[in-house]
Amino acid sequence: MKIKEILSKYPKESEYLIEILLEIQSSSKNHYISSEDVEQISKYLDIPESQICSVTSFYTLLSMNPKGRYVIQVCHDVPCFVNDTTSIYEKLVDMLAIEDGETTEDNLFTLEITECLGCCNEAPAMRVNDQVYTSLTPKKVEKIVKDLRGEEK
Amino acid sequence: MIQQKVISKRFGKVDPLSIDSYIKFDGYNALEKALTMHPTQIIDEIEKSKIRGRGGAGFPAHIKARALANAKQPKYIVCNADEGEPGNFKDRIIMENDPFSILEGMVILAYATGAKKGYIYIRGEYQNAIKIMKMTIQNAIDKGYLGENILNKGFDFNLEIRTGAGSYVVGEEFSMIESIEGKPGRSRVKPPYPTDKGIHDKPTLINNVETFANFPHIILMGGDNYAKIGTPSSTGTKLISLSGNVKNKGLYEVPFGTSIRDVIFKLGDGVSYNRSIKMVQLGGASGPIIPEYMLDMAIDFERFENFDSKTGTGAIIVIDERFDIFDILLINMNFFVHQSCGKCAPCREGHTQIVNLLNKIKNHRGTEQDLMSLENLANVIQQTSLCGLGQTSMTSIISSLRYFRDDYFAKVRY
Ligand SMILES: Cc1cc2nc3c(=O)[nH]c(=O)nc-3n(C[C@H](O)[C@H](O)[C@H](O)COP(=O)(O)O)c2cc1C
Ligand code: SF4
Ligand code: FES
Repeated sequence: MKIKEILSKYPKESEYLIEILLEIQSSSKNHYISSEDVEQISKYLDIPESQICSVTSFYTLLSMNPKGRYVIQVCHDVPCFVNDTTSIYEKLVDMLAIEDGETTEDNLFTLEITECLGCCNEAPAMRVNDQVYTSLTPKKVEKIVKDLRGEEK
Repeated sequence: MIQQKVISKRFGKVDPLSIDSYIKFDGYNALEKALTMHPTQIIDEIEKSKIRGRGGAGFPAHIKARALANAKQPKYIVCNADEGEPGNFKDRIIMENDPFSILEGMVILAYATGAKKGYIYIRGEYQNAIKIMKMTIQNAIDKGYLGENILNKGFDFNLEIRTGAGSYVVGEEFSMIESIEGKPGRSRVKPPYPTDKGIHDKPTLINNVETFANFPHIILMGGDNYAKIGTPSSTGTKLISLSGNVKNKGLYEVPFGTSIRDVIFKLGDGVSYNRSIKMVQLGGASGPIIPEYMLDMAIDFERFENFDSKTGTGAIIVIDERFDIFDILLINMNFFVHQSCGKCAPCREGHTQIVNLLNKIKNHRGTEQDLMSLENLANVIQQTSLCGLGQTSMTSIISSLRYFRDDYFAKVRY
């Protein structure tokens, strides 16, 4: 039902495909676009499913696989790297016991290494869902993860 | 005073979400003035200002504007707010601090060129900026500065926000056009250029956020006065995204012609713990890496053109003595491995080979032969790639081979 509501906000034109996919994904608890979603979009925009999949596979923010409740993306470009983003990543690996691209067993966290978040003035930086965290230290990261775990209880 | 605040003059002084606050601080004076001018007069002022695009390539803004003005309807204007080049954050900071100035610049250009529809393409990672720009558009419509019959002058201009979905190459003009059409962002062969055949094959002009934010100032100052700022070949001011190992990382605005050293030491207050600078990367991942002794170089398109790169974005990434150049190069090259759209072979296959060669050299397993292969392959990728991604991605490799040759020889096996 929810997907129908989202679709109805957009004109039936294929140029809105990416906007639609992004909105559907962000309304999904597990940050992904399901094959049922693709079927519905295909009917609504009257375009083949393969066309939709060529878009979801091209753009890295779009995913056809479910992720954790919180997707943690740690920046790994030069301005963050020289400000010791490696220790941030290692802290997360340590706390979550997962590596780049993996999801915790309780489906709470997914960890990803990502490209520059445009916050290099406050490096190192990471993103949890839509929230950006900057000027990170391992200690700050510890608190952020603990708080997120706490929220779920 | 080494900073000169033109684009950033309102930062921190206005409420970015309040159109009234913007209007109180000279906002929309330029649009009011522009609407008393003939559209071609506006483009003449832009030409006199000699402003060059701030998105990296430094293309003269008036040429694109005139081409669009001469094109048939329908035609489109796009603001490129994709900002995916590592080390750049200026466009985000403009959107978050002075969003109305971007709209004002776009409306002025719409009036000058006759475009009735525009897009602002913002990268998906910039959720805060997206929210702000959406509110800004609504406020501007409500107050008559956007939409139908702008300021009762009988001209219409409508704007839509488009959100990126995590692709660096979409910052390139034709990739962006494909993306706005709802497709994967794979570039097209040029010519025809976007001002001939862009969105839905209709004439389209794409400018960077900072370029648009400059137009109101050009109109208010007059093109000739604007051209007095900076250097003869690069007029105006430049926003500099300063990052890496400097004490005061941040965004600074300086006139063109300022030296890189002054930005790092006078504005950035130098490197922490008085460490020495090993290298500086200009522009972002697709920019050159230069040694400390070149820091007196002026920030100027003409100087940057020696590197064949998109140095013109104004990013300065400072890297201190603790770091190995091969780690830096590998981060850059892995970035391009991920970001290649895969349409052409030199870029799709080449970057992976470059990464293999760099790893080999870094781990003392490379030979002189590998060094030559690296150099040759970098030149092939640069010269045969279809779009700007592959044409500029090798800049850091090529410049490091020139300025840091000793680092290579120290690792190569004989
Ligand atoms: C791979 C690639 C990525 C680019 N990314 C951006 C970007 O994020 N923002 C931008 O304004 N220009 C980017 N450009 C440059 C644009 O293609 C284009 O030249 C620019 O938006 C034109 O605006 P300007 O004339 O105002 O500089 C990129 C170019 C290439 C080849
Ligand atoms: S150079 Fe790279 S990004 Fe550009 S078209 Fe070729 S494969 Fe795609
Ligand atoms: S390099 Fe990490 S935010 Fe830019």
